Amino acid sequence: MHPIRKQRLKIVLFILAGFGLAVGLALFALQENINLFYSPTQIVKGEAPQNTLIRAGGMVVEGSVKRDPQSLKVSFQITDYAETVDVEFDGILPDLFREGQGIVAQGRISGSGDLKAVEVLAKHDENYMPPEVTDALEQAGYGKDHYSKE
Amino acid sequence: MLPELGHFTLILALCMAVPLAVIPLIGAARNNQLWMSYARPLVCGQFVFLVTSFACLAAAFLMDDFSVAYVAQNSNSAMPVQYKLSAVWGAHEGSLLLWALILSGWTFAVAVFSRNLPDELVARVLSVMGMISIGFLLFLLLTSNPFARLLPNSPLEGGELNPLLQDVGLIFHPPLLYMGYVGFSVAFAFAIAALLGGQLDAAWARWSRPWTNIAWAFLSAGIVLGSYWAYYELGWGGWWFWDPVENASFMPWLVGCALIHSLAVTDKRGVFKSWTVLLAIFAFSLSLLGTFLVRSGVLTSVHAFASDPARGLFILVFLFLVIGGSLTLYAVRAPEVVSKPVFGLWSREILLLLNNVILVVAAVTVLLGTLYPLIIDSLGGGRISVGPPYFNLVFVPLMCVLFVLLGFAPKSQWKRSSTNNLKRELFMAALASLGVGVLFPLIYGGELHLGAVLAATLSLWIAITGARDLITKGRKSGFGRLSRSYLGMQLAHFGLAVCIIGVAFTSIYSEQRDVRMSPGDSLELGGYRFQFDGVKQVEGQNFSAQEGQISIYQGDQKAYLLQPQKRVYLARRQSMTEAAIETGFTRDLYVALGEPLGDGAWAVRVHYKAFVIWIWMGGLLMGLGGFLAVTDRRYRIKAAQSEKIPVATDNGVAEVSSNLGAKA
Repeated sequence: MHPIRKQRLKIVLFILAGFGLAVGLALFALQENINLFYSPTQIVKGEAPQNTLIRAGGMVVEGSVKRDPQSLKVSFQITDYAETVDVEFDGILPDLFREGQGIVAQGRISGSGDLKAVEVLAKHDENYMPPEVTDALEQAGYGKDHYSKE
Repeated sequence: MLPELGHFTLILALCMAVPLAVIPLIGAARNNQLWMSYARPLVCGQFVFLVTSFACLAAAFLMDDFSVAYVAQNSNSAMPVQYKLSAVWGAHEGSLLLWALILSGWTFAVAVFSRNLPDELVARVLSVMGMISIGFLLFLLLTSNPFARLLPNSPLEGGELNPLLQDVGLIFHPPLLYMGYVGFSVAFAFAIAALLGGQLDAAWARWSRPWTNIAWAFLSAGIVLGSYWAYYELGWGGWWFWDPVENASFMPWLVGCALIHSLAVTDKRGVFKSWTVLLAIFAFSLSLLGTFLVRSGVLTSVHAFASDPARGLFILVFLFLVIGGSLTLYAVRAPEVVSKPVFGLWSREILLLLNNVILVVAAVTVLLGTLYPLIIDSLGGGRISVGPPYFNLVFVPLMCVLFVLLGFAPKSQWKRSSTNNLKRELFMAALASLGVGVLFPLIYGGELHLGAVLAATLSLWIAITGARDLITKGRKSGFGRLSRSYLGMQLAHFGLAVCIIGVAFTSIYSEQRDVRMSPGDSLELGGYRFQFDGVKQVEGQNFSAQEGQISIYQGDQKAYLLQPQKRVYLARRQSMTEAAIETGFTRDLYVALGEPLGDGAWAVRVHYKAFVIWIWMGGLLMGLGGFLAVTDRRYRIKAAQSEKIPVATDNGVAEVSSNLGAKA
């Protein structure tokens, strides 16, 4: 083979091998590590898988936040105004977590249909709604006017 | 009055950008000196108008002019003056104005520092930058005017800058980041200009090198600062979340890093030309994509701003035009570029090619993970998110390969494969790094943690091979005579080695506890005893805070007092966690307050962060390396030498044409 061709072939093979390896890794990793989002309605209907890490979001129900006096355990409810789901969490809630606020929680559905959260996310900006929550509310028939403050 | 002046000068800047995008370009195509000579005055005009416009907005903030909607939303008369100033770029409209200002600043810098370059090239480069500027100025004026007034019902008092952003880190983070993002527009403009002119030669690469280096160095500094800010301000103790917006800044950084290396090959050896051009296009496209992701609010992110779909659409169209246009141009012109690559299997060219492949693949996997939720959502597959495990799983192996190869780099040579005695030298270095790499985790951690061994070995491998080369070269030619671009490279690579240690050891050896603490309670962590002595009420200029008093004992000795705060900002009653950190060379002690739990008890978050400061020290060293390399004399001297003859004639022509211009 012509040396220049041979050279080019080597380079192309290098690149292909690199890309192949990375795409393989990436697809494998994606399969293992995506978290689907479910609305409270879907969870109550039983559409969410149990014991798989999922994300759930909705508005925190007013008056539903209860703390354990001895530890950091806290429980509250989230709603899309159609259905409500109980959430349990052991840890420190974010600054912008409060009743009536839209949040997203990441966790697993237990046998009793509660969400055991491992992470609770509320956003930096108090006017900001997580897009998933907005969608979930709209699907449950509640548009922007119902939750926007001021 | 000032806001109107700001708005007006913004429009004037657009009036400069439009002819800038057209006239010099036509001049370059027709070889018309007069038309080309319009570029520099237009660039100056644009810069002056944008500075004025930005100054007007800043003045509106400093004078608490709450009739301006943007000021009313993001400022407040009680805010400290430095935050009033940083609030100028604290939200959407102002940060875009900063983008446009920095873009015109870079354009101005190119116009000033490129007097030795051929006129046609400069005209084209400035025109391309003018086109980008048109896009952003239109975006500002059409969708996000920072000078819009709230009249006649203007509020007496403003809202407030998001308390998270009221921090020293946020004064500098966005400008640095934007300097980097926008800086890649220079490399992009050079690439497009070279494609337009059909002159893709080594000279082109040499001219873009300093610009690319400096943009990359700014971006590094910006990312480091952002990461450090997230660490101490978000109160979670994390320093990188693989958040879409972080990824948005990280992808151009990776591709920019590849571009720096590929430019070196093109400059020194005249090969990889079309690949380098493609990288320059990618680096800037990713910067634009980053802007799109942050501004459009399509992704769930801790950084996402409350946003408006019209803005997202505008940037999407702009992105499409820039990427589509430049790739089309590339497809038409690049096949004309022919290079004859001749080099051995383990030559420096191949190593740098591998560097490029790995960095680009890494950027692509990050891109895939970032956009995957968008793709699935638009295909109707539901809302998903891709978590940090994906990124770690893909990214870490790729980087390990890169680090192994990096150790071979200093000893490699252009064209040739390395010889046998070099192999022996490298073998010794590998042995030494593996030896220390195994010993260190054993002694420090008390056990043989595989990840720690890998990280320590790779880091030492990079550091040892680099240091060896530095000493050999220094002895041969004298340390004072080593070129700055070489020293810059060494510094950046050493920074990487430091960063690896920081990243790996922080994730392996850190400890964290979230606990409920009543006054008098204490807990042991990382060999320290943390005792909670209750909270004090503290008043700040625009907030009031509960300040936790946490004494840290080392043995029986009280070593430190940390005072984390839970602040409530008065204007909107927003609460904020202010962590307290005791920083050390090999560990940070980090304490943050959660919420009050009644009876004086608080939720308290306590971290022992091993080697965490090394992450940012390493990042800063990388950035400094980039800056150091730019100061190398070869960029200036060689540019002047290679263009000596054309410069002389060009100046003559330029004088004539400017005389003509004056008469006309």
